[in-house]
Amino acid sequence: MSTPRQIIAPKFEVTRRSALPPRETKIAVEELNFYYGRTQALHKITLNIPERMVMAFIGPSGCGKTTFLRTLNRMNDVIPGTRVEGMIAMDGQDIYAPGADVVELRRKVGMVFQKSNPFPKSIFDNVAYGLRINQLTSSKSELEDRVATALQDAALWSEVKDRLKSSALGLSGGQQQRLCIARALAIRPEVILMDEPASALDPIATSKIEELIVDLKKQYTIVIVTHNMQQAARVSDLTAFFLLGKLIEVNATELMFTAPDEKLTEDYITGRFG
Amino acid sequence: MEVHRHLDEELDALRDNVLRLGGEAEAALKRAMRALIERDGNAAREVLEHDDAIDELEIEVDRQCIDIFVLRQPAARDLRFVMSVAKMAPVLERIADHACNIARAVFDLNNEPELKNHVRLREMGEIDSSMLAQALDAFTKNDANAAREVIKRDAEINDLYNQIFQDLIEMMTKEPATATRDARLLFVAKHLERIGDYVTDICELTVYMAEAAIIKHRH
Repeated sequence: MSTPRQIIAPKFEVTRRSALPPRETKIAVEELNFYYGRTQALHKITLNIPERMVMAFIGPSGCGKTTFLRTLNRMNDVIPGTRVEGMIAMDGQDIYAPGADVVELRRKVGMVFQKSNPFPKSIFDNVAYGLRINQLTSSKSELEDRVATALQDAALWSEVKDRLKSSALGLSGGQQQRLCIARALAIRPEVILMDEPASALDPIATSKIEELIVDLKKQYTIVIVTHNMQQAARVSDLTAFFLLGKLIEVNATELMFTAPDEKLTEDYITGRFG
Repeated sequence: MEVHRHLDEELDALRDNVLRLGGEAEAALKRAMRALIERDGNAAREVLEHDDAIDELEIEVDRQCIDIFVLRQPAARDLRFVMSVAKMAPVLERIADHACNIARAVFDLNNEPELKNHVRLREMGEIDSSMLAQALDAFTKNDANAAREVIKRDAEINDLYNQIFQDLIEMMTKEPATATRDARLLFVAKHLERIGDYVTDICELTVYMAEAAIIKHRH
């Protein structure tokens, strides 16, 4: 007598996806407090930023994400009355240690700002600027090679190669922002900090910047502040959510946007905040 | 906050529609089983006549899900809810399709000698109905534990199916004259067994919605 395939009863196994490749920590932040005068802007931030990944910082305006980004290359040092407690180590070296070389730090940790800020010089001179003042090249041909490579890496070369002597101010907004990225790349940093790099750009220019970010992470550690959560979802491997100067959650981006651990994060990304 | 109020309204409307679809699938199954047990051709006809409305409702739920994905780009619990509903709607529609297949079988079975003992098929239908009601309840309450309990009950359906299969094969062997009827009943049993699987799918989607845990293909 024939029988049907025996249908067996279920047993349960719960899975949750998070398949990020293992990476060394590039920047380790421990118990970081930051003050503007008597106002504490960051509270006990502890966070590891892995190398060759994109980490996005999200959170409402005033949550401290840009302040935190700027502590990573000591950009806040130039603001009078600011104070830092705790530790930020890059490759194991405390960047706030007495005697730490801030110029060398900023060479290793490049920055791209919200508003593109090309110098009123030619396209070539903008990219060559950092190389020249840091005396990083020994010949004209080496300088030209480094400028060309930086423009290629910033996905701008094909658009400007025939007009390198033209003013950078004649470029479109999106091109200017990629020029600023090329300028940051020219000095071969290890980390690139981006503070809302596409917030002033149209969707096509934004898309080019986002593709560039994904390409650049093969070589660089990238930290991006963004108000655009879809952008964070599109480009980042890890997302950190800040609120009122505190780090609420850091998680793999796909988990952050499908199943965050913290209710505050969930409320923020579903738009039910406050 | 205006934008999010609209999103909440859209999510509520989606929830209402998928529950309506669930209610329709439940009703179709119950009516088809009544038609089978009572040899009621009119009830079977009602199941078939109502199927177009169920198909329309499924398409409406699909459209709502696509609109919310495109226009609202939901995240976290909203994303899991819309995703689960989008996958649940065709499952509910298929349950109604199986009910239709049972209803179609009624017309043929009504031309065959009556099988007096429908007990196990009736029991399968009742368990399916009760599982479906509990599954929709777990979905409504976002209750993963309740959904898991329902999944366990699929074993009851599978056991009954295996028994009915054996019984019908035995009858066919002993009384070849009833083989046509028994073969049709075998298909009815298979439809009821598949409905149990579909209810399991619904519960898996509820677990995903509530806990972001993917448990399908794990049992």
